[in-house]
Amino acid sequence: MTTKKLAIIATKGTLDWGYPPFILASTAAALGYDVQIFFTFYGLQLLRKSLDHLKVTSLGNPGMPMPMPMPVLLQALPGMQSMMTAMMKQKMKSKGVASLEDLRNLCAEADVKMIGCQMTVDLFGFNPSDFISGIEMGGAATFFEFAGESDICLFM
Amino acid sequence: MANFDKELDARGLNCPLPILRTKKALNDLTSGQTLRVVATDPGAIKDFQAFAKQTGNELVESGEANGEFTFVLRKKA
Repeated sequence: MTTKKLAIIATKGTLDWGYPPFILASTAAALGYDVQIFFTFYGLQLLRKSLDHLKVTSLGNPGMPMPMPMPVLLQALPGMQSMMTAMMKQKMKSKGVASLEDLRNLCAEADVKMIGCQMTVDLFGFNPSDFISGIEMGGAATFFEFAGESDICLFM
Repeated sequence: MANFDKELDARGLNCPLPILRTKKALNDLTSGQTLRVVATDPGAIKDFQAFAKQTGNELVESGEANGEFTFVLRKKA
């Protein structure tokens, strides 16, 4: 049986959108898939050593369930984003949802290959020491080398 | 209830942790040995069937009682 391959492009740098790539990558690895994630643009935030800075926002996201109805302008007030992030983290903890760090560690343990987009690193002036170890830097062609042979390819 | 070689408590854990912990626990077993998993995630029922089907580890037993789901997997040869 040949090993199936999953290629993911992670483009979002928020607490909520950090979950799909790490959940699917770790699960696919557990099912025996060979997995690569290419982190580009805001997705590079998911490779920072600490993920404490990731936040959720209800702005521009009318689908986010709110504990109480709240006008959008109120949601934009200073401190609201941090408050929502704290509430989301609390909720995730109480429901037994893994932390992003844990999921990322599980991915690393399962040999999920993580590639950072070199162009984005240059664009935003990131320092290589900002990122976790064990990752590679590359460009679009690097991604296609694996994605071109993948069975599943997801853009997130 | 069938005998088992190892037990995993995945109660209170949500997707995908029960599956990831199961995979890890199976690594410590040898072929033919069995792992019993207890979970509370309602999604686990379908997930464990799918995990067994895709990995070749046999789901020998699957049950539910008092909001807890129990699975017994036999590590593949």
